[in-house]
Amino acid sequence: MTGDRPDLTVNIGSIELNNPVLAASGTFGYGEQYAEVVDLSRLGGIVVKGLSLRPRPGNPPPRIVETPCGMLNAIGLANMGLEEFLNEKLPWLRKLDTVVIVNIYGHNVEEYGMVAEGLRGAEGISALEVNVSCPNVEQGGMAFGTDPDASARVTEQVLKKADKPVIVKLTPNVTDIRSVAQAVERAGAHGISLINTLSGMAIDVEKRVPRLANVSGGLSGPAIRPVALYMVYQVVRAVNLPVIGVGGIMNYRDALEFLIAGARAVQVGTANFVNPSTMLEIIEGLERFCRAQGIIDINEIIGSLKED
Amino acid sequence: MIEQEADIVFNRMIARNTFLMALKSPEITSLARPGQFVMVRVSKSADPLLRRPFSICGTRGGDCFMILYRVVGVGTAILRNAGKGDRLSVLGPLGRPFDFSEKGKTSFLVAGGIGIAPLLFLAGVMDPGECMLLAGYGTSAEVVPVEQVGLSQENLLIATDDGTLGHKGVVTDLLEGQLGKWRRGRPVLFACGPLPMLKRVAAMSFERELECQVSVETAMACGIGACQGCAVRASSRETQPYLQVCRHGPVFSIRSLDWKAL
Ligand SMILES: Cc1cc2nc3c(=O)[nH]c(=O)nc-3n(C[C@H](O)[C@H](O)[C@H](O)COP(=O)(O)OP(=O)(O)OC[C@H]3O[C@@H](n4cnc5c(N)ncnc54)[C@H](O)[C@@H]3O)c2cc1C
Ligand SMILES: Cc1cc2nc3c(=O)[nH]c(=O)nc-3n(C[C@H](O)[C@H](O)[C@H](O)COP(=O)(O)O)c2cc1C
Ligand code: FES
Repeated sequence: MTGDRPDLTVNIGSIELNNPVLAASGTFGYGEQYAEVVDLSRLGGIVVKGLSLRPRPGNPPPRIVETPCGMLNAIGLANMGLEEFLNEKLPWLRKLDTVVIVNIYGHNVEEYGMVAEGLRGAEGISALEVNVSCPNVEQGGMAFGTDPDASARVTEQVLKKADKPVIVKLTPNVTDIRSVAQAVERAGAHGISLINTLSGMAIDVEKRVPRLANVSGGLSGPAIRPVALYMVYQVVRAVNLPVIGVGGIMNYRDALEFLIAGARAVQVGTANFVNPSTMLEIIEGLERFCRAQGIIDINEIIGSLKED
Repeated sequence: MIEQEADIVFNRMIARNTFLMALKSPEITSLARPGQFVMVRVSKSADPLLRRPFSICGTRGGDCFMILYRVVGVGTAILRNAGKGDRLSVLGPLGRPFDFSEKGKTSFLVAGGIGIAPLLFLAGVMDPGECMLLAGYGTSAEVVPVEQVGLSQENLLIATDDGTLGHKGVVTDLLEGQLGKWRRGRPVLFACGPLPMLKRVAAMSFERELECQVSVETAMACGIGACQGCAVRASSRETQPYLQVCRHGPVFSIRSLDWKAL
């Protein structure tokens, strides 16, 4: 601790973050667009857009629609693929003074492993986040995340091939999130992040057509925060792994809810679209809160929920 | 790209349901190029959540830029009630501007309804002797008085669907007429408006082998190239099936887009 500045450092297993605020996958690109308006070195870290073995064009438009206090997206994991990422994006990301986590996706168990393998030895990547929870692709994605055994198989395969810590990102579109979290823990994951988006749809009543070409999409934004918070609360109590809370976080008080529930860190997604400075404001807010409460280390807050 | 709270200098109704708003931002104003847009946060509440994209329709005195908008839903309804003394968070200037570097050619600026916004800015920076603005509306009450953004009525042709002002019919009729009698070299076309109109303009341009740039709209979340929500179908179907409107556009050469799939 320097001066009266509270210490915001947190650990996700072996990964040390300067503060518990990360950019959520798919909402921050590779950071370069936001670099113009946000000092990226002040973030806890960046989780980059979901990466697949080969480039994916993504779904046909329209891909997004606004809904009350949120939005639906059906991007379909549009991304440049492993090779271009390594050649075009990683060198730039490596120069940033921030933690970079790569979100990965595969069509099948083997392909998840191949992406992890392709990232072996790549410098400047602190961890992998395994997306078994994308609702917007036909194969893979959520099909794995809704099944504890399949989630475990993907986790094992990635662990076998990866040379970096492995975080598994869970889908909320399940009956009991704890059983998936426990399966992933047994498979050996180093951490868990949740939640990905909730499946939903919207209809244009004049035209009587779905508002998304993909029909359904993933709901994100403040509308999903209570759902995300409760799932984080449940998972924190069901496993011994570090948990990263994601879902509808707009400001430092929202982030505090997740930390108090037991999340070691949080990810901010949709809020970046609304206000690119959201994450910096959250970090400042957490600092102010700690100072006002006489807290010198943010870890005192984590999991401090009072319950009878 | 700048993100800042900008003071509203004025926000006034200049045609039916149509408002002209000036925002003070020397930074955005000095960077702004015709065809670029800003993402405006219409309220600090979570509903409506996302910023709204608006084309920059002109600048004023070096420190203000203007947007021209039609009230169509919740966000624009909130915007119409804002006024002098209020501040709005704006992000911009964004996107690829019109390319009007070719000198000595006449430009036809073809506007459908509120699509006139980016073309007003373009007309304002072009040599008045080298551009002609063709604007179509539903009815005379919707006609945007161009002198409000410092343009003259000269070189302006208007069409209304109901014939209450100018030519009775659509703006592409006007374009057809102009191109039909045009004898002074190859004109360049710039267009913004509803999709059916853009399709017609694109078809006419392809037919006559004219260079044509269009400004297109899609829903947007981030406006800066991070979310991939603003995809539009590209003519490069195999290599790159989609382009991002906020980053590769909103201004595209008609050759870059897949008009059959739009
Ligand atoms: C690059 C770009 C530049 C634009 N420039 C201008 C401009 O200069 N002036 C202007 O008035 N409008 C412009 N628009 C459209 C403007 O962004 C929408 O009208 C606005 O977002 C509607 O917000 P709302 O909350 O009032 O409507 P909502 O309540 O969100 O929607 C109301 C209705 O408008 C339709 N709508 C919503 N968003 C769009 C959109 N982006 N394009 C077309 N229809 C939409 C919806 O389908 C719905 O029927 C531009 C859009 C883009 C992408
Ligand atoms: C446009 C968009 C794209 C996303 N892409 C990905 C992705 O590629 N991989 C992934 O694991 N999650 C993706 N997500 C989910 C977010 O990372 C996050 O889990 C979710 O949006 C909930 O957080 P939020 O409410 O803060 O946005 C995406 C979300 C949005 C809105
Ligand atoms: S609006 Fe997000 S990428 Fe274009």
